[in-house]
Amino acid sequence: MTTTETRPAIVPSFDDDESTGRKLAIICSKGNLDMAYPGLILANAALGEGVETHLFFTFWGFDMITLSRMNHLQFSPAGNAAMHLPGSDAHFPQALAPLPGVTPAATHMLKKQIADLGVPEVPEFLDQIVAAGGHLWACRMSADMNKLTLDDLRGDVEGIISAADFIEKTEGAQLLFI
Amino acid sequence: MPITQLDGHQVHVDAEGFLTEYGEWDEELAKVLAAQIGIDLTEEHWKVIRFLREDFKDKGETATARRVQTVGGVPVREQFALFPKKPGKKMAYIAGLPKPHGCV
Repeated sequence: MTTTETRPAIVPSFDDDESTGRKLAIICSKGNLDMAYPGLILANAALGEGVETHLFFTFWGFDMITLSRMNHLQFSPAGNAAMHLPGSDAHFPQALAPLPGVTPAATHMLKKQIADLGVPEVPEFLDQIVAAGGHLWACRMSADMNKLTLDDLRGDVEGIISAADFIEKTEGAQLLFI
Repeated sequence: MPITQLDGHQVHVDAEGFLTEYGEWDEELAKVLAAQIGIDLTEEHWKVIRFLREDFKDKGETATARRVQTVGGVPVREQFALFPKKPGKKMAYIAGLPKPHGCV
């Protein structure tokens, strides 16, 4: 038997008023499939908590929002000493990582593991983030280096902006660099 | 687990106020829970809540916003409109379920 007590109604505090001031800015600088996800998962979580969230895509992370590239992000075990053989604690031999076929196989495996968890692919994940109120920004220098314009990017990217613009837009925000 | 009184219903809740007993919830109680957090339930809200109840019965865990979209058929954008700012938690609270544990 556990003892219980009757209390007046407990109502969760959803902090609707307090949370309005919190902002999160995430700089996505990596275009490897595995490094695309951390920023997306955190952005999605923050939006679900009512936090204003901005993502800034720069350098390799630019591929995540580039129409011709966003569906072809890859994962390679090369240089990743934490890569294990499937279902094992043994490390994947680094000497094998650069061999032809390893990157496609590793990409396929990672995509399957992510899909098995019900987590969407990168473009669809960004759709969800935008639907939840997230803001997408493209880096001016990356666009210039790649000779890309807004037409080459997802339609929901709000602008190609300079680093200074991004810093200005995210005044007071907590910032993550990935 | 504290027991709390909600409009004549005696229910078990966790420290934050989420119901902990699946069977203690009914649609009348949902209206009370929704009113506590300032939401008037419309048919669109009910679609989400009924999906969450059914899905929990099958899966034993609260659907995330992602799952409410892909399986329940209510887009994320609409979830944010119906349950502003924190749809995942608010939907679970009104449906008398634990907060969702999934990350996405």
